[in-house]
Amino acid sequence: MPPSDRSGAPDLSALYQDIILDHYRRPRNSGKLDTPDERITRKNPFCGDMIELQLTFDGDRVREARFTGQGCAISQASASMMTQLVEGKSVAELEQLAADFTRLVSEGKATGADPSLGELRAFSGVARLPNRHLCALLAWGALTEALLHHG
Amino acid sequence: MKPLVNRADFPLLADEPELVYLDSAATSQKPRTVIDAISSVYEHDNANPHRGAYALSVRATERYHAARERVARFLGVSDSRGLIFTRGTTESLNLVASSWGRRNVEAGDEIVVTASEHHANFVPWQQLALERGARLRICELDESGRIDPERLATLLGPRTRVVAFHHVSNVMGDIAPVREIAELARSVGALAVCDGAQAVPHLAVDFDALGVDFYAFSGHKMCGPMGIGALIGRRDLLEAMPPYMMGGDMIEFVHDEDSSWNVLPHKFEAGTPNVSGAVGLAAAVDYLDALGLDRVHTHERELVNEACARLGSIDDVVIHGPPPGEERSGVVSFSVADIHPHDLSSILDARRVCIRAGHHCAQPLMRRLGVAATARASFYVYNGSADIDALVAGVQNAKELFGHAAI
Repeated sequence: MPPSDRSGAPDLSALYQDIILDHYRRPRNSGKLDTPDERITRKNPFCGDMIELQLTFDGDRVREARFTGQGCAISQASASMMTQLVEGKSVAELEQLAADFTRLVSEGKATGADPSLGELRAFSGVARLPNRHLCALLAWGALTEALLHHG
Repeated sequence: MKPLVNRADFPLLADEPELVYLDSAATSQKPRTVIDAISSVYEHDNANPHRGAYALSVRATERYHAARERVARFLGVSDSRGLIFTRGTTESLNLVASSWGRRNVEAGDEIVVTASEHHANFVPWQQLALERGARLRICELDESGRIDPERLATLLGPRTRVVAFHHVSNVMGDIAPVREIAELARSVGALAVCDGAQAVPHLAVDFDALGVDFYAFSGHKMCGPMGIGALIGRRDLLEAMPPYMMGGDMIEFVHDEDSSWNVLPHKFEAGTPNVSGAVGLAAAVDYLDALGLDRVHTHERELVNEACARLGSIDDVVIHGPPPGEERSGVVSFSVADIHPHDLSSILDARRVCIRAGHHCAQPLMRRLGVAATARASFYVYNGSADIDALVAGVQNAKELFGHAAI
């Protein structure tokens, strides 16, 4: 985590860009599955944000992902993008992705195994907002827990 | 409108002239006089009070006692033995629920709270009810989110033991008719317990005249330090209550088999007291008294009216709480279209505007408002119209940022 900047946060137009607001307003994979293999709820007690993540698996690979939730643009857009990325990936691949994204959020740079991280790079601006890290990572905490449980 | 005081009185605000601090309902900034008073204890009079038989300890004891007298006088408490120093409102309310509640609430009894209580005046009663097999009854609010005494009266009966309510809501800013509610409680033989955390910093409070049995507040919202506050209670009730915490200072004799308790207020102040906190709180009282609480309230009222009018004229802004012109303390909760309060707060923070975003420790109220969270701007003596300008500009900026993506 970078030291808190006394002059406050940077211009946030880089963070609140179209892609994040689009996922916030039109969340992908929103809803519930009929027979999920894993169902994890995560809440942030400080702000009341909430995510319920549902997954089905084909063996070691995620087949389908759905989520419901409420909260800020950052938490909900992060969940929406995450569900688009997880389908078809193995547990090991997803653990790596979650680690890479966590690093992106805390350091502002994509330095992991997949430096592209695709659309998720939109969240690099969160690194400058320590009090928003939990928002960006809420759904990813649910994913990590689901993977552990499934594993 | 100019601030009521010079920002230079407050070292943090003087050090950061561009900061727009609109979160005083969470905690106020501290004037130099308070910071100096705290330091003076440690620089000149630091010893453990009540203990040492030497002059320095006597000085520490005297400063602690003088602080209690000062705070009691400020709040219209004629008998300062009924003013117990605590860590703040939360501890004060827990003290009553635990000490009085466990001794006096039985299975089948009823405890009445309102739907807009802070968790500190809700959860202790809820848990007491669960523990004792009592029933927690929640008084719903009127259409503006205020306590309606008539509706409250319908919940009271012979089994009502406690009516717990706020003086000023930390979300809605409404000012409750405390005397009327205290009368209602008394008429059925119930205790009236009032959370004054958002009232004491902003209104003239006269405990003896309010007619409540217990009144709780915190120092840090009224220019004082964190970690100090008080419970004010009726002497006869406090005398009959068992101690809340055990340890040093609160005992009279400790025998092998049992112990007896010190007199009030010490019975409820176990352990080494927060002398510097109490002295800092007394300095905060001096600061506010010199301004005059009536002037403070008038100043905030004007700021709130201005803020409500200007925020309310922005499309898609909804203001919660009492309608314009009605009594309201220095708190404005609002929502902006589909912009989540945390996003709004981050965008304002980038412009050095500090507001609170979240459930404000009032989740039962959030459910009733049909929102997960609200944004809240709260005003104090160092705020003026320039702060509202910055708030309004920040809200408009957030709308522009969110507006560029199609809804």
